[in-house]
Amino acid sequence: MKKINLRQASVPIMFIIICAICIPLSGLSPKMLVNEIVTRMGRNAFLILSLLIPIMAGMGLNFGMTLGAMAAEIALILVCDWQIVSVPGMILAAIISVPISVLLGIFCGKILNRAKGREMITSYIMAFFVNGIYQLIVLYLMGSVIPIKHSTIKLPRGYGIRNTVSLLSMRQKLDNMLAVTIGGVKIPVLTFIIIAVMCLVIVWFRRTKLGQDMRAVGQDMEVARDAGINVERTRIISIVISTVLAGLGMIIYLQNMGNIATYTAHSQIGMFCIAALLVGGASVDKASIGNVFLGVVLFHTMFIVAPRAGAYITGDSMIGEYFRVFVSYAVITVALIMYETNKRRAKSAASQRLQEEQDAESPAGGENS
Amino acid sequence: METNSAPLLKLQGIKKDFNGNQVLADINLELGKGEVLGLCGENGAGKSTLMKILFGAADITETGGYSGDIYLDGQKVSFETPFEAIEAGIGMVHQEFSLIPGFDATENILLNREPEKYSFISEIFGDRLNTLDRKKMDERSAEAVEKMGVAIDRHMMINSMPVGHKQFTEIARELSKDQLKLLILDEPTAVLTEREAEALLASIKGMSERGISVIFITHRLQEVLTVCDTVAVLRDGVLVECTPASETDEARITKSMVGRSIMGVAGSDDASEQPDAPTILSIEKLWVDMPGETVRNVSLDVKEGEILGIGGLAGQGKLGIPNGIMGLYEAGGTVTFEGRQIPLNNPRICLDSSFAFVSEDRRRVGLLLDESLEWNISFPAMQIQNKFLKSYLGGLIKWRDEKAIRELTEKYIEELQIRCTGTKQNARQLSGGNQQKVCLAKAFALQPRLLFVSEPTRGIDVGAKALVLNALKKFNKESGTTVVMVSSELQELRQTCDRIAIVSGGRISGILPSSAPMEEFGTLMLKDVV
Repeated sequence: MKKINLRQASVPIMFIIICAICIPLSGLSPKMLVNEIVTRMGRNAFLILSLLIPIMAGMGLNFGMTLGAMAAEIALILVCDWQIVSVPGMILAAIISVPISVLLGIFCGKILNRAKGREMITSYIMAFFVNGIYQLIVLYLMGSVIPIKHSTIKLPRGYGIRNTVSLLSMRQKLDNMLAVTIGGVKIPVLTFIIIAVMCLVIVWFRRTKLGQDMRAVGQDMEVARDAGINVERTRIISIVISTVLAGLGMIIYLQNMGNIATYTAHSQIGMFCIAALLVGGASVDKASIGNVFLGVVLFHTMFIVAPRAGAYITGDSMIGEYFRVFVSYAVITVALIMYETNKRRAKSAASQRLQEEQDAESPAGGENS
Repeated sequence: METNSAPLLKLQGIKKDFNGNQVLADINLELGKGEVLGLCGENGAGKSTLMKILFGAADITETGGYSGDIYLDGQKVSFETPFEAIEAGIGMVHQEFSLIPGFDATENILLNREPEKYSFISEIFGDRLNTLDRKKMDERSAEAVEKMGVAIDRHMMINSMPVGHKQFTEIARELSKDQLKLLILDEPTAVLTEREAEALLASIKGMSERGISVIFITHRLQEVLTVCDTVAVLRDGVLVECTPASETDEARITKSMVGRSIMGVAGSDDASEQPDAPTILSIEKLWVDMPGETVRNVSLDVKEGEILGIGGLAGQGKLGIPNGIMGLYEAGGTVTFEGRQIPLNNPRICLDSSFAFVSEDRRRVGLLLDESLEWNISFPAMQIQNKFLKSYLGGLIKWRDEKAIRELTEKYIEELQIRCTGTKQNARQLSGGNQQKVCLAKAFALQPRLLFVSEPTRGIDVGAKALVLNALKKFNKESGTTVVMVSSELQELRQTCDRIAIVSGGRISGILPSSAPMEEFGTLMLKDVV
């Protein structure tokens, strides 16, 4: 047991080492560092939490969350144009994003049901496809079909949305509510409360009948089906929950950023969230709330310190930028390889046992390979 | 049998055929409340099919249903799905475990039947958002385990359980269903240790006292005699015997299981043991990790030029032997061919050493389903032996010799009477029997020194069967190729082989000449059954 735990912990340990080396090199004061980490925790944790439920349902690391992120962006653009500001604007955006997320989630879930066992790559490619639809809406339909009043967010040609939509009216409004400053570190209490409530909801969800069904489906679809669980429906529900949560998470994320990069904000969010979760020690079939928080802290510490450390060593800050993108992909690759090796290892362990059994009954069998 | 009230279960004239292939003929059975029926028979005798009919399994409904009537508690029933059967009070424990590995026993026992606690959220989002009532779950599973009478740890994860406890978890799950009237146990003792098996037998007796009827399928005849009230024996889809257990014994059951009308007649008419022939293949201490067909410590010598049969019941490991040697499943031990040791787990070296293998899984391993017959037949020879290739530029470029390939294919089509539209037809479009012939042709084209044939007649009709077996014999005789043939059909092995090794519990339980009487084979088959 201990060995397996060590192997599973190898990714977090590696990151702890990287961070430990980079922090002193970056020259950041502890206060600044903690401040940054706390900010990013509030910004990202909710998004990463949205990945947990599909993993529970055995659908792996799911890029379906990207769809929810797009839904949230569409909702925010509309709300921004209607000039509903601050927290009410966010709530309205959330309300608008939910039905879009649900529809996209059902669509995604149905397709993933036809690609059982290949959910990760299927959802990844599907995110590209839906990105095309998103661009059609944002680039051509908004302003021409969907009324957009304000020219500040419209492209000069009269339709389509600008590259960047400013969310100045919402910027950190959620974070600043009830915020307290302790020793120079600003803590966005309300955001943290929302995240904490979400964690409780996930804990509660695991104990519901639906949660139990999802865990059963995640471990063995055939057995679950034989027991009368509607496997397909359960899987679709898990994806829908994930896209809806991702949509809400994206609103929290963007209010913190204060602007929307209309055409790119969602494209890397899935990759970074998955990488952060894996850095936290999760695997393709197992992830906990603890993994989420450890992952956010480690991954973002690296994000913060690597460019500065890179700049310090090489005099070029691009190297750190390169490094963090490279590391995100590397972490995902390593996690996937580890998942496969563990499966294979379990299999050859079974063969090993067979050999040992046989050796035990005929001690002369020592020369066997 | 003489119960006053209507029997719990009554089967009347049950018949079933798969595409005209009769597998059950006119089965009549009765089972009283609280009675235990032992059901015996060789593989393919129709036991599983009968139970599937009773349980409403999908592969019965999908293949046109069955004829005859089933009465449960005096009411005529016909189940379209297993769920209907469960609803009516039939429970079944399958040979393969149907458990969630990461759940503990309690969660598995109550899978999808968990007691729930009401929560107001379910008013909005539906009942599935009620939380599970862990306390009540615990009580219910404790009750079921108590009913079973075998103590298992209800909080242990399935994947850390010994295999026997998994079996008991499954039984407890069935017992936790309140409506349970009839429990079907399909070879439940196969995975149990002796003591666990005893506990299970006691548990079956307990169930019977509580008024639950049990149908107990097993190959261990001693168990049948200990626990059952009635013993029913199926052979080739016919119910050959149905007697009270007190009036029969192991020898008689064995005889009814394997005995055919041509009892004791020598098998292969030209079978000849060649004790003087040199050993061509020597297997020592072979183990193979093939799921469901585990091989343990097998040592076996194959003589040059013979046809060696390997028989035994399904799941005992006979299929594992050729699959392990050919490198399709992980294996260990020593295999020596003509004095040279063959490394295991490397199919290419086996093929290079001029072994050939006709797999039992012809659709997935045996054939390129969407390629033409030409390709199917010539492909291995082309790949392994560079046959049917024309070399240009000193071997730098190799082109297929289409003409030679077509001639070869035509030769085999004629020789094996493969029914097809031509050499370009896709293998997928052929019937099972003709596909099997293509597999044989493919192996023959390699001109191997040693040919493994696994279940050559599985799922093919009688005419094709005879042809395939004759082709094998002819190939053996004419080219002097040594053949190792694995089959579940003893009769077929006796017709074809010179010697027959019987595998039981992953080990060779004995080797007999094919002329040995049926009973001896039967005894060997059941010797170490796991």
